Amino acid sequence: MGKIASSSSTGGLGGWINARLPVTQFYKDHLSEYYAPKNFNFWYFFGSLALLVLVNQILTGIWLTMHYKPDAAQAFGMVEYIMRDVPWGWLIRYLHTTGASAFFIVIYFHMFRGLLYGSYKKPRELVWIIGMVIYLALMAEAFLGYVLPWGNMSYWGAKVITQLFGAVPWVGDSLVEWVRGDYLISDATLNRFFALHVVALPLAIVALVVLHIAALHTVGSNNPEGIEIKKHKDENGKPLDGIPFHPYYTVKDIFGVGMFLLIFLFIVFVKPDMGGLFLEHDNYVPANPAVTPEHIKPVWYFTPFYAMLRAVPDMQMGALIMALAIVVLFFLPWLDRSPVKSIRYRRWPFKVMLSLFAVAFVILGWLGMQGATELYKLMAQVLTAFYFFYFIWLFLYSRNEKYHEVPERIEDH
Amino acid sequence: MKKLLFILISLIATTEVMAAGGGSYIGEKVQSNIRSVDSLRNGAKTYMNYCMGCHSMDYQRYNRVAQDLNLTEDEMMNGLVLTDAKFADKMTIAMTKEQSAAWFNKAVAPDLTVIAKARGVDWLYNFLINFYADPTRPSGWNNLTFENASMPHILWELQGIRTAHFETHTDEEGNEHKEFKNFETVEAGTLSEQAYKDLATDLVNFLDYSSEPAQLIRMSYAPWVLLFVAVFTFLAYLLKVNYFRDIH
Repeated sequence: MGKIASSSSTGGLGGWINARLPVTQFYKDHLSEYYAPKNFNFWYFFGSLALLVLVNQILTGIWLTMHYKPDAAQAFGMVEYIMRDVPWGWLIRYLHTTGASAFFIVIYFHMFRGLLYGSYKKPRELVWIIGMVIYLALMAEAFLGYVLPWGNMSYWGAKVITQLFGAVPWVGDSLVEWVRGDYLISDATLNRFFALHVVALPLAIVALVVLHIAALHTVGSNNPEGIEIKKHKDENGKPLDGIPFHPYYTVKDIFGVGMFLLIFLFIVFVKPDMGGLFLEHDNYVPANPAVTPEHIKPVWYFTPFYAMLRAVPDMQMGALIMALAIVVLFFLPWLDRSPVKSIRYRRWPFKVMLSLFAVAFVILGWLGMQGATELYKLMAQVLTAFYFFYFIWLFLYSRNEKYHEVPERIEDH
Repeated sequence: MKKLLFILISLIATTEVMAAGGGSYIGEKVQSNIRSVDSLRNGAKTYMNYCMGCHSMDYQRYNRVAQDLNLTEDEMMNGLVLTDAKFADKMTIAMTKEQSAAWFNKAVAPDLTVIAKARGVDWLYNFLINFYADPTRPSGWNNLTFENASMPHILWELQGIRTAHFETHTDEEGNEHKEFKNFETVEAGTLSEQAYKDLATDLVNFLDYSSEPAQLIRMSYAPWVLLFVAVFTFLAYLLKVNYFRDIH
């Protein structure tokens, strides 16, 4: 790598290329001379892991596409063909299905890191907002992909989710028909979902990830202390508490990748279904418009929002609440008015409330997987109310929040 | 949600709607071993002799089964397969869905390639051992695990004929609940109770294998893959520690 860096001179092939395309400068700006705070902890592994999973999804996705046909009469059989007759097809498929769940686990940790250390705050508002758009695109991508195996839960899940567009006033019914490309979920729906899943959304996600990193590298990374390292620079303009991303964090992230792969590959090779959590039992039954699965429920990563949808008796209101639960996150940089970023320098009310918020989200996720009994419905209503209350509380509380004094520099530990 | 479901169901009101479930009595767990080739061979034999008249395995091929169960082409095609299928053929059947519906009171015998993934091995095992004679059903048979199943007890000669006794309870709200008490043997089968359960276990084992033939390979790779990643991670950790030695 040192060779590339030193070839920024005018001579040789490197010089020829650099005169026309500043490859070396790009490498310096984003890796060897991108200064990241020296105190990244466990929570900072998940950004690079998200990138790893994205690459995994794209590569395994390309190979799955080579063997799959988006045809309602064949799709279910194509998956079994991949599992049996395509050499290593089972591994490619399990890497992709486990990758889908892993993507959400990694992203939820990545987002929670932002909540812990106030990474959404000025000057990183756009980093957060672009990240939220990625999250939305990822949800759409996951839903579309879930329909492709054309199992019975694919079919009924698609029916329920597309039906949500019917909640839009006046044009709802036409919108549902437009999205489905038919009056029901059919071959036409499968075809367009395939197109969106393999071309449109991956392109959008990759572009958004580029913007996310570009915005981050413009303002610089936050850290567990929530201290801006750019405030204190040496005579060469390098942050005193920063270290070059490469080699320090590339090396550290490789270790993170190893830890992640241990868990990820254990699931792929030993328990790819995760007991019906990652690959649901009902989806091993071919799509059948005449047979409703006993419990229609989405995959685990959507269940917190699904619990909110079910908590509201009116479907139109439920869809609105569900949409608002995501929309409210976009405004987080302005809802949290405290000048302090990191939870380390905030007092106990914030610590307690953020913990409760996280617990509420997890319990909502669990409730979304269960059948809807009266007790569960009541619990979901209370927790949904708390989910929204958290943001109102944060807006009011953070205005005059008492906090511990934040040091100027990142202390040695 | 109820309203949403109502909308959905009314959308397809023209087609017959039926619940996928039914009764779900699970009396005992199956003790099967996917690594036992003998058990899988027995299961395959039972499947081809008794099940394949009605139940296809459209995604499974004879040659793959032979390969995984250590059978030669001759052993497979002349020993197990009862039709004139080719070795590389998929395990399809001659009965069409229309014929099945006509012959079995509108029911279509499902393809069983991945049934173990859909139902789980315990459910399948209990379904196989919990048939009982019930003159009120069109087939003359009923099932504790899958109440009012359309499938007759194909293995009755092996298990024998049993009737089931139920107790009826009335709860505080006046609703009647039927609770299973015991079976009574009317006519003994050709197999002992244990031998029949062993047969059912082997059959379920074969269905489990069929639902994912790759699981045999997958499991065998798992320790090596994880060992490799563990060593890699350990080295990566040492490298990381070394790099960060000077960072305070």
